[in-house]
Amino acid sequence: MPEFHLLPEAASVSATQYDYLWWYLVAVSIIMTAVIFAGVFFFAIKYRRRSETEIPKPIEGSRFLEITWSVIPFLVMLTFFFWGAALYFRNQNPPADAMNIYVVAKQWMWKVQYPNGVREINELHVPVGRAVRLTMASEDVIHSFFVPAFRLKRDVVPGRYNDMWFTATKPGRYHLFCAEYCGTEHSGMIGWVTVMLPKDFENWLAHGGGEGSMASQGQKIFQQMGCSTCHLFDEQGRCPNLKGMYGSRVLLSDGRTVVADEAYVRESILNPNAKIVAGFQKDVMPTFQGLVSEEDILELTEYIKSLSETRGGMFTSDQTGPTAGGGRGGSIGNAGQGSLDTHGTSMTNQPSRPEANAQAQSVGQPAAPKAAAPGGKQ
Amino acid sequence: MSTEITERAESPVNYLNATSGWKSWLFTTDHKRIAVLYLISITFFFGLGGIFATLMRLELTTPQGDLFTSDTYNKLFTMHGIVMVFFFLIPSIPATLGNFLIPLMVGARDLAFPKVNLLSWYLYIFGGAFALTAIVMGGVDTGWTFYTPYSSTYSNSFVVLSLVGVFIAGFSSILTGLNFIVTVHKMRAPGLHWGRLPLFVWSMYATSLIQVLGTPVVAITLALVALERVFHVGIFDPAIGGDPILFQHMFWFYSHPAVYIMILPGMGVISEVVGCFSRKRPFGYSFIAGSSLGIAILGFLVWGHHMFVTGQSMYASMVFSILSFLVAVPSAIKVFNWTATMYRGSIAYNTPMLYAFGFIGLFTIGGLTGLMLATLAVDVHVTDTYFVVAHFHYVMVGGMVFAYLGGLHFWWPKITGRMYPEAWARFAALVTFVGFNLTFGPQFILGYLGMPRRYHAYAPEFQAFNVLSSAGASILAVGYAIPFIYFLWSLRYGPKATANPWGAKGLEWETTSPPPTFNFDHTPVVTEPAYNYAPEEEVEVV
Repeated sequence: MPEFHLLPEAASVSATQYDYLWWYLVAVSIIMTAVIFAGVFFFAIKYRRRSETEIPKPIEGSRFLEITWSVIPFLVMLTFFFWGAALYFRNQNPPADAMNIYVVAKQWMWKVQYPNGVREINELHVPVGRAVRLTMASEDVIHSFFVPAFRLKRDVVPGRYNDMWFTATKPGRYHLFCAEYCGTEHSGMIGWVTVMLPKDFENWLAHGGGEGSMASQGQKIFQQMGCSTCHLFDEQGRCPNLKGMYGSRVLLSDGRTVVADEAYVRESILNPNAKIVAGFQKDVMPTFQGLVSEEDILELTEYIKSLSETRGGMFTSDQTGPTAGGGRGGSIGNAGQGSLDTHGTSMTNQPSRPEANAQAQSVGQPAAPKAAAPGGKQ
Repeated sequence: MSTEITERAESPVNYLNATSGWKSWLFTTDHKRIAVLYLISITFFFGLGGIFATLMRLELTTPQGDLFTSDTYNKLFTMHGIVMVFFFLIPSIPATLGNFLIPLMVGARDLAFPKVNLLSWYLYIFGGAFALTAIVMGGVDTGWTFYTPYSSTYSNSFVVLSLVGVFIAGFSSILTGLNFIVTVHKMRAPGLHWGRLPLFVWSMYATSLIQVLGTPVVAITLALVALERVFHVGIFDPAIGGDPILFQHMFWFYSHPAVYIMILPGMGVISEVVGCFSRKRPFGYSFIAGSSLGIAILGFLVWGHHMFVTGQSMYASMVFSILSFLVAVPSAIKVFNWTATMYRGSIAYNTPMLYAFGFIGLFTIGGLTGLMLATLAVDVHVTDTYFVVAHFHYVMVGGMVFAYLGGLHFWWPKITGRMYPEAWARFAALVTFVGFNLTFGPQFILGYLGMPRRYHAYAPEFQAFNVLSSAGASILAVGYAIPFIYFLWSLRYGPKATANPWGAKGLEWETTSPPPTFNFDHTPVVTEPAYNYAPEEEVEVV
């Protein structure tokens, strides 16, 4: 049935803030429109032509008026600018403890994957009150991840990662739309974002199934693709040792340094010669463009991340074990939700998890705060 | 019978009856006849684009995609956009009214390059033929923005054919702009210095600058898309080493200035109309003229505001945001000056003035919603939604089409030598205004509610506003149909027009309606400022 609403629901921290700005803009616009309309109508009636021969007295322009109606509107516009830019700026940088979720867009679906391996299609489940960061990749054309209830949108562009973050405030189910035209079923590339209470969310995440954590699946790909023949976990390999690499500053052969983040890992898989680590040769590693999907790359990235988080060797033996629970437990622990319940799937991890978290943070922090974001996995 | 003979005897030889036969039209170099050729062709494309819009609005009355398949719907909005933007809006006022009026307004016999002017029309027709071929063969579904890599790799429609059409039409635009620039520089009548030029000429001059400087960039961009699509050269598709965002930079570098190509001529028309029907020199002449140039220059610096959510650097976004506010200042100056022109004027409610009232109001709304879109955080929510659709239709239809219709009524007596029926015309202007607001007003709300644009099917809660919008569109269609009918009617039955039916100022009103082939019997000499409605001094014609 048709319903009348003037605003969509507001279900994120930024939604409420955007709406204040929105109403301010609407108010200013209505006032300005009213002033112009009133001027036009008033003059049109008051100075209507009363005889065919009347010639009104000419009036030259007025520099004072011209400057007034240039400067004052511009000053008002500056308030738009600063307010809008401040909110925009805030929403560019996710907090370091944001929970990481991966989104892969393709014609015409949204594939979502949680670090513990849970997958969904056209659905995204998130907890209330916790910053969530989406790392988004596209397998084909440009899409755009749009949740009106969050007042947020971000293009998902092939060939790069775009991320967005939000903190949901209200449990419920909200529209997820693709906002960038992407072909035949563009208007069918829709789904739902389900915002849940933290406890419900943990429950959901624990029973969501999955074939092991993203990192453990990444490890399988790492073996299958033969990465492990050159990337040895010591200094003997023909390719850099990936242990402890993620999140650190890497010195390149041309003297530059880069932070080993998601974008760097992705580039190194698809275009290995772009940034060669100092002391290594070009053309040793072939490109994996076309051999691995965006999802494979995200899983490999999670695996490589896990190599940094477990540098102390604490959990290396766990990687074939029930790591899903550990991953989840870790992220929840980070968020300070106070829940130590890991639903009994990760007995081996439980006793040492706090140390793992501490370690993950100490490794991740120096170079890139981002690295700590999905911290505490495994 | 006898009166008819008398009339014919009295009617001087003019550009319409000087020669006859289809060759005299298709090989003419007379700027006025070329303007008429353009008028007929763009009316055809406007009708075509209107049909596409009608079908879209029909589909959107229900949330389900029940009338067309998704592919058909996607082609409808794409072809609506391509036809309306490249084959109606961009040439509309420049190629018809600009072509007709610029030589008259500067007191010249023709444009600087009459043959190039004819070439422009042929290029336009040639480009249009390619676009039509693409449509007839099955259409194109990329959106008028041709975003990569969808357009260059994924789309299975007639993309290259459409690109070629737009590419060729671009040259028509470049040549027209070039012709106008040279004409304004070199062919002004004695005494007509820059400070005495009609404001319409100023706005057309600014428009021409954009056409000449911007259009080559979009031509290159579209050629690169075709190159990637046909020869798989990696330019925009990341799978073969390209960058899809690069396309957006290049496309909007032209296509944002292009919206000023569409609106500046309309602003020029409004300056003329408001001055004439207030019987006053437009308030702040030099500020209106200068703001046209200001818009043309600043318009080149704001393209990145189309890309706030693509992942471009947030600092770049901030720069583009503030520059976008800056470009609003000259537009605001114009609106305030038009309003101030009416102060203590002698205001007549003829149809062109009614369209000008509509323009001022609707352009104000279009401009203010543009400011909302320039506000970074708000843009994140409303970009790619119906809010953007509503915003640019307020500027392009509420602004540009209203100005075009106003200008067409204003100069119709000059172009055809006939008057249109005033009562019907006033009624049509009102119908258009009501229909327009009902069509696009609800789309602002739909946009903030979160309905994305280019959606074939949509969530049921959006239906009410969509039904309103479709209802408005049917009223708007009536508002367009009425002038179409009475303009045709007036060609035969309209009362004969005098040389200056509105008591307007400007050299075009000094010659007969319709003008003779070479416009003026003698080269006019200008001895007074523009819009000198004070009766003592008059334009001296030697």
